[in-house]
Amino acid sequence: MPVLGLTLMNCLPITEDLCSNDCFYRRLLVAGLFLLILTLGLAACGSDPQDSTPDAPTAETIENKGSDTLVNLALAWAEEYMDLHPEVRISVTGGGSGTGIAALINGTVDVANASRRMKPEEVEAAEANGVSPVEFVVARDAIAVVVHPSNPVDTLTFQQISDIYTGKITNWREVGGDDRPIVLLSRESNSGTYVYFLENVVRMGNEESDLLFSPGTLLMPSSEGITAEVSQNPNAIGYDGLGYVTPEQKVVAVARTAKGPFVMPSVETVNNDSYPISRPLFVYTAGEPTGQILAYLEWVRGEGQALVPEIGFVPLQ
Amino acid sequence: MIEDDVLTNGKTRWAEFLIEAVIQVLGFSAIGFVTLIFVFLLREGVPAFFEVRFDNLFGTRWYPTFELFGTFPLILGSLLVTVTAIGIALPLGVATAVFVREVAPNWAREILKPMIEVLAGIPSVVLGFFGMTLVAPFVRERLGTPTGLTALTGALILAYMSLPTIISVAEDALDAVPKSYRDGARAMGATEWQTIWRVVVPAARSGVVTAVMLGLGRAIGETMAVMLVTGNAARMPVTFDSLFRPARTMTATVAAEMGEVAQGSVHYHVLFGIGLILFVLTFVINLTAAVTIFQKRRRGGLR
Repeated sequence: MPVLGLTLMNCLPITEDLCSNDCFYRRLLVAGLFLLILTLGLAACGSDPQDSTPDAPTAETIENKGSDTLVNLALAWAEEYMDLHPEVRISVTGGGSGTGIAALINGTVDVANASRRMKPEEVEAAEANGVSPVEFVVARDAIAVVVHPSNPVDTLTFQQISDIYTGKITNWREVGGDDRPIVLLSRESNSGTYVYFLENVVRMGNEESDLLFSPGTLLMPSSEGITAEVSQNPNAIGYDGLGYVTPEQKVVAVARTAKGPFVMPSVETVNNDSYPISRPLFVYTAGEPTGQILAYLEWVRGEGQALVPEIGFVPLQ
Repeated sequence: MIEDDVLTNGKTRWAEFLIEAVIQVLGFSAIGFVTLIFVFLLREGVPAFFEVRFDNLFGTRWYPTFELFGTFPLILGSLLVTVTAIGIALPLGVATAVFVREVAPNWAREILKPMIEVLAGIPSVVLGFFGMTLVAPFVRERLGTPTGLTALTGALILAYMSLPTIISVAEDALDAVPKSYRDGARAMGATEWQTIWRVVVPAARSGVVTAVMLGLGRAIGETMAVMLVTGNAARMPVTFDSLFRPARTMTATVAAEMGEVAQGSVHYHVLFGIGLILFVLTFVINLTAAVTIFQKRRRGGLR
């Protein structure tokens, strides 16, 4: 475009002798408008998705998007892998499991990160779009229940957590704490952590259950939002991936039943399956991976596991 | 000479016509785009009103993961936050405008005006973060609310955001009041205070109403800052303490959930339906403002 613009500008003064000065400026204006329209038109054509994603054989780019729980780990993997293989470029973005899967269905990413399994209707939507997703487990995650460090409550059962999050218990006094109102924190409903916590803790794994989070639950747009509120507010209770727990939050030991045992989340307790709120983390590819994507995923599930504990997750056995 | 040239030269006349045509097309395309946006909003939003039963759509429970699409708490949440914000911003904004225009010495006005304009340029996400880390703990500790992420916190941030708009527009309105009004008031022996509040401000009221409406428009459409500080709990704000409890606005809901929905699903249509409700609300507000101003003008106010 700049070249075209220059040539037009260059030939315009030649016509100057053909008419008055006044006329020349008018022509310049007309030419300018014409150029503007041309540029807009070309820009519109240029943004056509079919044109902008050519199969460039040079430096291959792997587009990776999805779960906010996985995003730090995915970034660490991508950085390490790009150091080892400079010919590959990996771009990682978060946004939530649902966002990543939607992008995979729409064909805008190569690898989707998800902290939950794809729902049957999502698989259907993908198939309808000509994409057949393939699932890989890349790490394990434990969801920690966190409170303010000054909160005297050390242990909670699934039943108590469920009653708290459905609004049946509204004061810390009822679970052995101070006389304070309970402020419920949750992730937004596009978070895989949210779905997992609802199904496995609030509904206690009961598929018949129709329990919902209390309407008073604060839905935070990010993990950072939960971290900030829990570390500031002595009334708050939140849940988040073990990888996001900072020293300013207190982790509560959890038991499936009142009889116990109450278990703190850690790499050991998740690996030996004694911590009750843990789950696998997935990546999905569009069809069986090939080439660079296959090589990358093999590395992630092999050597890449060394990075997993550093981010706070639990590596595959 | 040149004039004659322009009129007689056929080529020039053609260029004239072309330029006029292009400018006309560009002008009308603005109307075209607005119409297209509205048509798109209707096309994506209207199905929601058929796909979801009326008592569900205007019910009191918003829980889209389980097909509960009660938009009532969201509408009330938006109204609560916005009206409170304007309640805070209106007296502050008008008083600041009066100070800048009528009271402040020239040098102070020269400093204040650009400062107020800079205020308008602060990105809303920065204000939201500021609200989350500083205003929210302040609200919780000083007012003793269970959490600092409340409708009031959102209203405070929104008030701050709509202040520059209200001040600038109100100040222009005060500026447009003829000097003769002030001179007349002084000649009748009015003090400066009486001149300002009995003569100048009433004369500029249509401009002040416009300022408030623009501020209201800015506040009700604001998303990012509100999403960060209001806590986003879709509870019904019907009790007296609702201002000091979390709330969820329509804009925050659309922003938080649009990324996850499958295109063409019921949830997707409901989110556009919320956009439609927001559009109608803003339209009603603007219409009311226009009618008020029109009536006041006819009653023989200024201009």
